[in-house]
Amino acid sequence: MEALAERRKRLAGMLLALPAALWLLLFFLLPLAIVLIVSFLTRAPNGTGELPFTLANYERVLDVFSPVLWRSLQMAFLSTVICLLIGYPLAFFISTRKRNWVRQFCIFLVILPFWTNFLVRTYAWRVLLGDDGIANNFLLNLGLISEPIQLLNTQFAVIVGLVYGFLPFMVLPIFASVERFDFRFVDAAHDLGANDLRAFFEVIFPLTLPGVFAGCALVFIPCVGAFVTPDLLGGTSGLMIGNLIQRQFGGSGNMPLGSALSIVMMVIVMVTLLAYVRLGTRRS
Amino acid sequence: MAASQFAATEETLHLNEGKLRRDLWMRRVGTIGLYFNPVFAYFFLWAPIIVLVLFSFNQSRSVSTFTGFTLDWYVNIFSGVVGAESRFSTELMLGSLRNSLIVSFSATAISTVIGTLVALSLARFNFPGKRILDSILFLPIVIPEITQGISLAIFFNTVFSYWQTISGERIFPGFHTIIIAHVVFTISFVAVVVRARLSDMNPRLEEAARDLGANEWRTFWEVTFPLILPGIVAGSLLAFTLSLDDFVVTFFTSGVGTSTLPVFVYGLLKLTVTPEINAISTIMVMLSTILIGISLALQGRSAVTRG
Repeated sequence: MEALAERRKRLAGMLLALPAALWLLLFFLLPLAIVLIVSFLTRAPNGTGELPFTLANYERVLDVFSPVLWRSLQMAFLSTVICLLIGYPLAFFISTRKRNWVRQFCIFLVILPFWTNFLVRTYAWRVLLGDDGIANNFLLNLGLISEPIQLLNTQFAVIVGLVYGFLPFMVLPIFASVERFDFRFVDAAHDLGANDLRAFFEVIFPLTLPGVFAGCALVFIPCVGAFVTPDLLGGTSGLMIGNLIQRQFGGSGNMPLGSALSIVMMVIVMVTLLAYVRLGTRRS
Repeated sequence: MAASQFAATEETLHLNEGKLRRDLWMRRVGTIGLYFNPVFAYFFLWAPIIVLVLFSFNQSRSVSTFTGFTLDWYVNIFSGVVGAESRFSTELMLGSLRNSLIVSFSATAISTVIGTLVALSLARFNFPGKRILDSILFLPIVIPEITQGISLAIFFNTVFSYWQTISGERIFPGFHTIIIAHVVFTISFVAVVVRARLSDMNPRLEEAARDLGANEWRTFWEVTFPLILPGIVAGSLLAFTLSLDDFVVTFFTSGVGTSTLPVFVYGLLKLTVTPEINAISTIMVMLSTILIGISLALQGRSAVTRG
């Protein structure tokens, strides 16, 4: 009787999960598996893949495209560091406000621009950084430059766009971490003779590291996979892996090469995730 | 001996005073920094959007000097074809908006049902493979959009060409492909939100209903469902917003004539910066602000009913 009820319950659980499991299996895992297979195929005349199997695509990725790959990683890393430098003090400031509604309002001000369409937010930087945009005009009026400098279609523009796009991902987890932090630890550190700097780096920062790790992973992953930001702000000099992948589709594309590129991107994302999980579990 | 002891104490006192002064100076710098950073950060977060909105009302086509207020660009958007921009017409824009709404409503309906079911299953039942499902469910949130986009593009391409060889008829990507793709990444978000709501719920309420003689079906509809409804509504709103805003996945799965609003807008803003695009962007900013307003109001009301 008991065993029967147990079996019925197990069956009910599986039935409820079935539609989602099937959907993800069919339209998420299977497509990823196909990408993996296609990445080992040879390019067919129409841009898709055909037999025989080959490793040539991966060789090309690591050979011809390694500069772009490397540059994408550097840009994603730099954007993450800048997000941390802006985001940590901001999150710290917000979570140390005394009144609850002030904290809520400050967080709201971080999230609201984030809910604007990503394309629109990225486009806004095209307006600001253009040759006759506000940034150039401002620098001209200050007399810092004598003629407009190229800001748009540079790596600088892409990094600005990435930081702008993903800053809230850094602020929110750190905010949660600092809000949980017990500030009596700081009093204790002061009593033991530590100054503010030491109290921060030896007490506050280590204890809010879970938030920092989460924030860094949440920013780094979409930066590595960025496509819209470099596409709209980077021109040819700010090209990233995402743009290379996109170019392999359509017209004169090369699907096997594009697949190999996205598998490499997936591996980078997975390594980042694993590193995050490792760091997270070691600390707790 | 007493004298030298005294001297030593005085020396340490002096040393401490120096350290104290340094520490106080440091604290002042730190405090200024702590107040300066938010000013900069909020300026950074808001300035681009404010500039965009402001210059959509600018009389001249300049994007750096404001010469006067006008609604011309908004009038242009809704008056048919806009000057040199042959890619743009009011009809195309409204068509893409209609496509967006069709896709988002369908995808939201499907993923709300499927996502809620899987959340219930994961929160209330134990079965083999549960942990694997749990981690797979979390993947679409973290896998880069471009990977999801191209993997679905290859998948549909493969399936459709295979179908053509066995049946001879060609299927083209369209609403069905976009909706399928949107359901994939919105299921996870619905499941996360509903599951959070389920774990917040007091399990005794369900036990009490069963003790009072209600069967599982009645317990669900009269106790569990009303209690998790705000979570389901919040989850579906999130799914709707994400689906409406999505560009990358849609870009790779849409076919001819089924471009959604973001795909249409991308085609425009990739080319140039014009006041008309600023105006469209401003309208999109307003729309998402209204959508958030509604969702916050709903959540506020649900917080009241919960309390």
